[in-house]
Amino acid sequence: MTAAEIHQPETGAMLTTADGAPLKEALARAMRRARFRAFLLVVPLLIFVLVTFAVPIAQMLYLSIHNPVFSDHMPRLTAYFEAHPDIDVPGEDGFAALALDLAASKKDRSAGRVGTRINYERPGSNSLFKSGARKAAKFKGPPYKEKLLKHRKDWADPHLWNVMKRAAQAHTLGFYAAALDLTYDKKGEITRVAPERRIYVMLFVRTFLLSALIAALCLLLGFPVAYLLANLPLRYSNLLMILVLLPFWTSLLVRTTSWITLLQSQGVLNDLMVATGMVGDDGRIQLMYNQAGTIIAMTHILLPFMILPLYSVMKTIPPSYMRAARSLGATPVTAFMKVYFPQTIPGIGAGCLLVFILAIGYYITPALVGGSTGELISNQIAFHMQSSLNWSLAAALGAILLFGVVLLYWLYDRLIGIDNMKFG
Amino acid sequence: MALPAHASIGERVWHYCYLVICGLIFLFLIAPILVIIPLSFNIEPYFTFTYKMITFDPEGYSLRWYDKILTFGMAAPEALRDGSWWRDTWENATWLHALKNSAIIGVASTLFATVLGTLAALGLSRPEMPFRRAVMALLISPMIVPLIITATGLFFFYSGAGLAHTFPGIIMAHAMLGIPFVIITVTATLSGFDHSLSRAASSLGATPVTVFRQVILPLILPGVISGALFAFVTSFDEVVVVLFVASYDQQTIPLQMWNGIREQISPTILAVATILVVISIALLSTIELLRRRSERLRGISPG
Repeated sequence: MTAAEIHQPETGAMLTTADGAPLKEALARAMRRARFRAFLLVVPLLIFVLVTFAVPIAQMLYLSIHNPVFSDHMPRLTAYFEAHPDIDVPGEDGFAALALDLAASKKDRSAGRVGTRINYERPGSNSLFKSGARKAAKFKGPPYKEKLLKHRKDWADPHLWNVMKRAAQAHTLGFYAAALDLTYDKKGEITRVAPERRIYVMLFVRTFLLSALIAALCLLLGFPVAYLLANLPLRYSNLLMILVLLPFWTSLLVRTTSWITLLQSQGVLNDLMVATGMVGDDGRIQLMYNQAGTIIAMTHILLPFMILPLYSVMKTIPPSYMRAARSLGATPVTAFMKVYFPQTIPGIGAGCLLVFILAIGYYITPALVGGSTGELISNQIAFHMQSSLNWSLAAALGAILLFGVVLLYWLYDRLIGIDNMKFG
Repeated sequence: MALPAHASIGERVWHYCYLVICGLIFLFLIAPILVIIPLSFNIEPYFTFTYKMITFDPEGYSLRWYDKILTFGMAAPEALRDGSWWRDTWENATWLHALKNSAIIGVASTLFATVLGTLAALGLSRPEMPFRRAVMALLISPMIVPLIITATGLFFFYSGAGLAHTFPGIIMAHAMLGIPFVIITVTATLSGFDHSLSRAASSLGATPVTVFRQVILPLILPGVISGALFAFVTSFDEVVVVLFVASYDQQTIPLQMWNGIREQISPTILAVATILVVISIALLSTIELLRRRSERLRGISPG
C-alpha cells in the first residue's frame, strides 16, 4: 500500500474522530485551542508591559513632535498666523492679537512658559515675554503696535515673528532639528547652529565612539579570561567564575563609588603611584571627571556582559579540533587563528553587541565619574529633563538614541537570537 | 589547561605570561569591589589608606562610619542609647528610611514580576505559542532600552496618570524592569523541561492546576527563584527611574547613595557599599546553590 492509499482509504470516506467530526478539523480546532491557551498565559504580562513601558515611550515620542505650549496659551496669535501664513512682521491686527494674548497670559501666569518656549530658539525672549505681558495687561486699547514697540523695539524683530510663527504650530519637527544642531535662520531656512553651540551631534558621535572603545576594551580583557574559564576543569572554573559574577551582582552605585575612591587625585591609585615614586606628589594624574574615568569605570562594569556570552560559546568548542590542527603540523598561532578563533565569532558578536547596546544608554556612571568631557548623550537628556526643562528636546534626543538602540537590538535578535541570552 | 610534556620553551613562556595576564584581569574585576571594605573602617574621613591602616595599627580603624549610618538624620543622635534612641533611629535615620523603602519596593515589585513573568514564560515556552519571537522581543526590551529613556517616558506618563511620587507607580516600574530577567531564567529552565512528564500527569487524571503545582513548579522552582532574585537585585539597584518619578517619601538606598556622592561624599557611603557587597555575596551564593540543585534535578552533574 502506498502512502496516498493510507490517507485515502478505498471507501473514499474521510478519517473521523470517535464523535464523527473530520479528523483534520478536529486537529485544527485542538491546535487553535492550544495556541489560544498559550497566548492567554502571556496576555496579563503583555498588557502590563504595554501599559508601563510601551505607552510611556509612545507618549515620549509624541512629545518630541508635539509641543502645544504656544498654541494653547496664545490662541489669538495662533489663529492670526493661520489666517496670514506669509506675513513677516504684521501690522496693527497682528500686534493686537499678540497684546491681547500677552495680557491673558499675565492673568493665567503662563507668560513664563511661553517665553521659555520662544527662548529655546531666540535667546533673550524669556524676559521679553515676561515684561511684555506685564505691560500688555495695562493696555487700555489700541494702538497696540505702537505701545508694544514703545515697550521694547525687539517686538518688531522679524526673527522673533518667525520663531513665534513656527512655535504656533503644535506639531513640529523643530526639536529633532535642534537635537541635530540644526536651526531655522532669520529667513526661516534650515541651517546649522553657530559652531560654539553645536553640541549634540558631537555628543552622539562621542557616545558612539566611546561605546565602541569600551566594547573593544571589554573584548580585549574578556577574551583571555573567558578562554581560561572555558578550558579549566569545572572545579577551578566554577571558583574563578565567582570573581566574574560578583561584580555582576554588586550594585552599580557601589562599583561606581569604588572607582571614585580609586581614581580620585587623593585616592588609592594616585597614592600608590606617589608611594612607589612613579609620579611626584605634585604630579598626581587626573583620572576622574574626564573621559578616562568614564572609560575605566564603564569597562569594569560591562566586562561581565562580555565574558559570559564568550564563555558559553567557548564551552561548546571541542578541544580536539585544536589538537587535530597541531598534529597536522600547524603552529600554535596558526591553529589558534585558523581553527579556534573563527569558532568564537558568535560569542564575540553577542558580547560586543550587548556591551555596546548597554554602553550607549549609560547615564549613572558617566554622570558621577565622567565630568564634562566624559559625558554621554544620556546626560544631556537628563539635563534637559531636570534642569533646562526643555522636555520636547529631551524627548527628541531620547527618540534618536532609542532608534539606534532598537536597530542594534533588532540586529542582535537576527544574529544571535534573544532566546540565547543567559546569565550566570 | 596543563601544559603537555612536549611543549616548547616559547610555549611555556607564553603559557605563564598568559596566566599572569589573566590574573591581572581578575584583579581588575575584583579589586575595586574589595578595596572599599577596609577603607570603610578608616577612622579618618579620607578615601585612601592612612599610615596607621597599612601598619595594622588598631587605632587606625573604627566603626564610626557604620555608626553614622544609624545616626545620620536622627533628631537627637547624641542622646543616651536606650529604647527611645533606637526608636528615634528607626523613625528618623535617613539610611533606614531608604532601606525600608527599598525593601517595600523591592519585595512588591519582585512578587509582581515573578508571578506575571513565570506565567508568561510558561506560555512562551510552548511550541504552539503564536507570534513567539515578536512577543518575546517586546517583553525583553525593558532590559535593552536605556533606563534614561524609560525613565523619561514614565515621567510624562506618571505625571498625567497621577502615579508620580507614589509607591504603586515605582513598584510597577520596577516590576517592568525585572520581568525580562524572570522570563529569561524561567524559559531557560523550561527549555530543559521534559513535557512528557506533564502529559503523563494529565493522562493519570490530574487537572491542569494540579499538574502545575505538583509536577511543573517543583522542577522549575530553581529557575523561578533565581529569576526572582535577579528581579529583586534589579529593583534594589535601580536609581534612574526613582530619580525621575519619586519624591523624598519613596527615597531608596541607591538614590540616597547617588545624592550622597553628588552632594558631599563621606565614608558613610563606603560603609553602606560594604554592606551591599556582603549582601550581593550572599545572593550570589544562593544563586550558585540553586543552579547546582537545578542541574542535579535535571540529571546534569558538574564534573
